[in-house]
Amino acid sequence: MITLTLKEPPTVPLEAEALSPDTIARLTIDEVRALPVFLGKRQRRLDDFFAVDGDPGEEVEVRGDVGRVKWMGRGMTRGVLRIHGNAGMHLGSAMQGGTIEVAGDAGDWLGAEMAGGVIRVHGNAGGQAGAAYRGAMSGMRDGIILIDGAAGLEVGMRMKRGTIVVGGPVRDFAGLQMKGGTIVLRQGAELRTGAWMNRGTIVSLKPLPLLPTFTYAASYNPTFMRLYARRLAAFGCALPFDERQGTYQRYTGDAAVPGRGEILVWHPNE
Amino acid sequence: MLRITGGTVYDPANGIDGIVKDLCVADGRIVADGDLDSGVRTIDASGMVVMPGGVDVHTHVAGGALNFARGLVPENQRAARKFLHRADRRAGLGGMTPTTFATGYLYAGMGWTTVNEAAVPILSARHTHEELHDIPIVDKTTLVLMANNELVLDLLEAGEVERARHVVAWLVWAAKAFGVKAVNPGGVEAWKWGKNANTLHGPIEGYKTVTPAMIIENLATIADDLGLPHPVHLHCNNLGVPGNFETTIETMNVLQGHRAHLAHLQFHAYGGHDWSTMRSAASRVADAFNANRNLTTDAGAVLFGDAVTITADGPWQHLLYQLTGRKWGNLDVENETGCGIVPYVYKDRNIVNAVQWAVGLELLLLIDDPWRIFLTTDHPNGGCFWRYPEIIHMLMHAESRKAQVRLLPEKAQQRILLAELDREYTLSEVAIITSAGPARSLGLAHKGHLGVGADADVTIYPVKPDHGFLFSYPRYVIKGGAIVVEEGDVREVVDGRELIVRPPCDPAIEDYIRPLFEKVYTMSFANYPVEIERLRHPEVVATR
Repeated sequence: MITLTLKEPPTVPLEAEALSPDTIARLTIDEVRALPVFLGKRQRRLDDFFAVDGDPGEEVEVRGDVGRVKWMGRGMTRGVLRIHGNAGMHLGSAMQGGTIEVAGDAGDWLGAEMAGGVIRVHGNAGGQAGAAYRGAMSGMRDGIILIDGAAGLEVGMRMKRGTIVVGGPVRDFAGLQMKGGTIVLRQGAELRTGAWMNRGTIVSLKPLPLLPTFTYAASYNPTFMRLYARRLAAFGCALPFDERQGTYQRYTGDAAVPGRGEILVWHPNE
Repeated sequence: MLRITGGTVYDPANGIDGIVKDLCVADGRIVADGDLDSGVRTIDASGMVVMPGGVDVHTHVAGGALNFARGLVPENQRAARKFLHRADRRAGLGGMTPTTFATGYLYAGMGWTTVNEAAVPILSARHTHEELHDIPIVDKTTLVLMANNELVLDLLEAGEVERARHVVAWLVWAAKAFGVKAVNPGGVEAWKWGKNANTLHGPIEGYKTVTPAMIIENLATIADDLGLPHPVHLHCNNLGVPGNFETTIETMNVLQGHRAHLAHLQFHAYGGHDWSTMRSAASRVADAFNANRNLTTDAGAVLFGDAVTITADGPWQHLLYQLTGRKWGNLDVENETGCGIVPYVYKDRNIVNAVQWAVGLELLLLIDDPWRIFLTTDHPNGGCFWRYPEIIHMLMHAESRKAQVRLLPEKAQQRILLAELDREYTLSEVAIITSAGPARSLGLAHKGHLGVGADADVTIYPVKPDHGFLFSYPRYVIKGGAIVVEEGDVREVVDGRELIVRPPCDPAIEDYIRPLFEKVYTMSFANYPVEIERLRHPEVVATR
């Protein structure tokens, strides 16, 4: 395991896409120290900002508040990246495999356009988690993002496949232009959830305001929820599915596109 | 001063077809052998191919529409080739809609030294010239959009053709342009009522007597009467529509007796009745074109892959947006024209796209006179200009394109002729369609050839055993006597010139335009014309 300890938080954002197990695993510790990072437009060395200890390997631990360090774990395919503070924007962007764990909060664009792997954030996340970058056709294509706290705007925007679970409240436009995949909202969301969604599933365990372009279809307990619950249980995340506890109300939309997505709202039995 | 020795020279305008010959350059021009001192720099071009620098007769590299497109496709910019800042080079991006400086590096890096920005609204001419100034190395010309300009159309409605001619002349100079462009004559004007102009002889929306045919004929006459070096540059009605070859042939009939350039002919040579029956009508269009010796054209070829469609043809862009369901940008340029932007992907598994790909090549092969059809992709509509070498390769190697045809869906193969065409371009013909021909069509006497007095725009390609992608990486590119590309890399960045014309015009016409302008335009009249001081390196080309 290699440990990177932030010396002091940078005054302007630091871009550190080299900070990923793929890059670090094949280097010596001196090479790791010399990895390039960008402070604004200036290229600097990793050890200008981090104390580097341990043996380079597939496990990377980052200590300190790296809330201003961007692009960590970009495109990573394997290994573990563990962050013991807050993480900056674009964490795990385009990642394909491996695990990222954040003890604090994560910034915007968490796991944007990711294609595989697991991201777990114990605090809150910013906006556009698992989203498509501006203009791109699709957001996350696979993998799992678990956010224990709250999340910002446009969560899962244009996502195509994969799963996002948010434990806390979520702001507007969750699942905007969604094309597939699943978003689980444990505390519901604010306005315009699923706007322009074409396909995909949004599960809300709390009632939430729905757009008029979503139509009520049925109350039922979908069989697939049982499978989802089993999969998410592995991450310590309980998803209700039992008809003795309640039912899901299914709304289809967004008719404005028109789309065939669904929003499933959990209603526990009285 | 410079001497290029031992190269095999292809200079079709001067009848030189692969002769080993020395070239001498002084003061930015080609000079006779005796005019050089000894001890000048010599480029040993032994075993290499020497051609006049490329001339792009129809491209979109600057201005409001292109800038709008840049903003509309951030996902393309992200994937684009990056040009990092260096001491002698500005930063930029390549890709579908290259940034200004990168445009110059990319064109020059490919051996092209003159480009014609083919669609400038007068209202955004100032912006266009600012961007053109930032496109280094290449010389630039612009064409100004005229076929949906209400000042002009109102005069045609009133039968005041003489006055219309003066208005056109005034507008060309106001925009510091080089010639007149006509896009979907009448159709863009009709688009402002949500309509289009599908037939050449019906009156257009908002007018009683003005028809597309009338606009075409009058603009062609005006361009001739004004003695513009380049004739009217026409984007025909019904672009992209299945069965539009009839409109194209009818347009050729309307143009009889006039000079004209038909832009991106590929988009106007489709048969069939609808998308499910669309097929190549390249042979019909090519036959008609071959018989009309008054015309020139450019291919507007399509390459598979990403593109961004940018055109003043607003109604067509709306249709294309409905077909793709992706993004759409639409601009209304006051009383002058419109503009639409739609990102597009040409797929080889798509039958319509496969037919489009074939039609561009078929026209290049079926039109018998290379002096009348030029290489373009209507950048970035059919593909990016930096992919021209791929087209040249297919034109020179029948087997390579036949191999591609065999990979297309069977249904598409039945709707095209490409597999039956065996013609292969010679190097001399390549020099004609990429340089000598377009220079002649644009009326640029100093471009497109290597005779004494010509601009010293020279491209030197290393010959590879099988010709390969010979044209991708010139060994040297010389622009105005400066060696801008050496060993395949941009070494020296010089400024290009802007070539403009000042057609004869009655100065009193301004008194006619001013009150109309002040009534309907949002800007003040004094700010409308581009001052000559705005252009850093202008050069006025004489009218005919």
